[in-house]
Amino acid sequence: MSAPLLETRGLCRDFGALAAVRDIDFRLEAGARHALIGPNGAGKTTFINLLTGVLQPTRGEVRLHGKDITGVVEAERVKLGIARTFQINRLFRGLSVLENVYLAVAERVGAAPSMFRPAGTLRDVVDESMHLLETLRLTGDAGHRVSELPYGRQRLVELAIALGLKPAVLLLDEPAAGVPSAESHIILDAIDGLPKSIGVLIIDHDMDLVFRFAERITVMVGGAIFANGSPKEIGGNPDVRAVYLGEDGHA
Amino acid sequence: MTSPPPGVTLHPAAAALTGRHRPRPWEAIPWVLALGFYFAFPKNLGFGTELLVTILFALSLDLVLGYAGIVTLGHAAFFGAGAYTVGMLAKHGIWNEPLTSLILAAVVAAAVGLGSGVVLLRTRGLTLLMLTLCTMALLEEAANLAHAYTGGFDGLDSLPIPPLFGVFEFNPLYPTTQYLYVLAVLFLCFVFVRTLVYSPFGHSLTGIRENTLRMHAVGAPVPARLVLCYTLSAAIAGIAGGVWAQANAYVNLGTLGLDRAATVLIILVLGGYGRLYGAFVGAVAYMVLSHFLAKIYPTAWQLGLGLLLVVIALFARSGVLGLGEEIWRRVRATRVAS
Repeated sequence: MSAPLLETRGLCRDFGALAAVRDIDFRLEAGARHALIGPNGAGKTTFINLLTGVLQPTRGEVRLHGKDITGVVEAERVKLGIARTFQINRLFRGLSVLENVYLAVAERVGAAPSMFRPAGTLRDVVDESMHLLETLRLTGDAGHRVSELPYGRQRLVELAIALGLKPAVLLLDEPAAGVPSAESHIILDAIDGLPKSIGVLIIDHDMDLVFRFAERITVMVGGAIFANGSPKEIGGNPDVRAVYLGEDGHA
Repeated sequence: MTSPPPGVTLHPAAAALTGRHRPRPWEAIPWVLALGFYFAFPKNLGFGTELLVTILFALSLDLVLGYAGIVTLGHAAFFGAGAYTVGMLAKHGIWNEPLTSLILAAVVAAAVGLGSGVVLLRTRGLTLLMLTLCTMALLEEAANLAHAYTGGFDGLDSLPIPPLFGVFEFNPLYPTTQYLYVLAVLFLCFVFVRTLVYSPFGHSLTGIRENTLRMHAVGAPVPARLVLCYTLSAAIAGIAGGVWAQANAYVNLGTLGLDRAATVLIILVLGGYGRLYGAFVGAVAYMVLSHFLAKIYPTAWQLGLGLLLVVIALFARSGVLGLGEEIWRRVRATRVAS
């Protein structure tokens, strides 16, 4: 059996006495549509930070295509194909929407270090960025400064930057938080439009979105994996309902 | 729906990005004014030369502060490194040909920038501010102590600077050569900086300024970019120091001092950072104002500058140019509305 796309083995992260992430064995297969849920403080974002290299684990390892990447720094992991969005927008607020996406695309195609040609003459980078904005219905906002957009539109820019990196693994940290429900389908449509080979891991509290999107769900509680299974199994698991979904919860 | 073929109908945002590096007609203004100054004020070319050097120095700071967002209070370290390179080589009879001396000044200043940048740029904000200040203070003290080489507190004067191209003399009483020489150097450096800030590299510096953490997350080697930017900026500051030493035929500890570093920062904030031309506007405004304020109130002229800075900090965070842009935007908006 071939190695999974992304895998963790015995992954732990302590903050002083607090074990934020405890002994996590996790697999994300190529083409997976996987959701990670759990109550606030369960360690979901810490886990994402360990996968992307923002944090170093106290113990354990992260593997991509079966290769140990635990010691690889964040920027290098991006080059290897791991991209993410942030729970709270991290955008280039003073720049236009197009320029935001341009930065990501230019970095991916290796054009960013170039010093002696104008950025605007890289037409393929500009065109690709514009095309990406089109798929996210952001064309009308392309020239607007990010700081002038409503929060919901900014969430779409957040996603556009990650998509501009053409990742093999896409980690979405609450992509729909703050997006008006009328627009959250744009995010799901964009994810549906991704190449099938990409592995997507999504964290969200919106159970409608999670159950519509995910083919597999992992539940984290207190830094450890609490349950793992298909949406049906998770939705029907009484323990999960008790700790997280609530007795009168969804599904 | 297919996207239109390239070049036919470009989205306004894409058009703005693909065309923003093209020179605008108004960009000729500073150069026309600078040449006009040469003919209109032949008696003030000493002041004019000082002004051009200050613009060049402020331009180098704009690259790190305005574009990459590196906050520094020690930029005079590189100005001084360049000035002392030119001064010491000339005074000790090692090398004094103007243009090659300038290249050496740039190389030495870049080396200081690279060496200190690799260590300092791991920090940000206030820590970085203090460390850049410390680095400059260390250099200044080193120049003070190494009396045999640097002239210590007195500096090195009467530097033997030979004529430019063997023809044009650097005459301290009629600094026509100095003025045009510094203007040409400024122009070349400006073209370099302008090319840089409109390049993908320059755009990525802006990205680091706007959100360093996100730049990591799009795969940019942030520390390397910052060090490279800092080194290039140091080289330009070194050139500014070098031409200053050549134009005045002396160097002193003032080239390495906090006074110079703070003044250039004030100039850039006054003119508007991250705008290329903020260096020009700020330097002219600052130097002309101090010139006239010093004439009116010889004892307390800095009070006027201080008040101006308070006003800028309160009402025009992005400097004179930023204020101008804002007014222009509003005028256009009302015109469209009416």
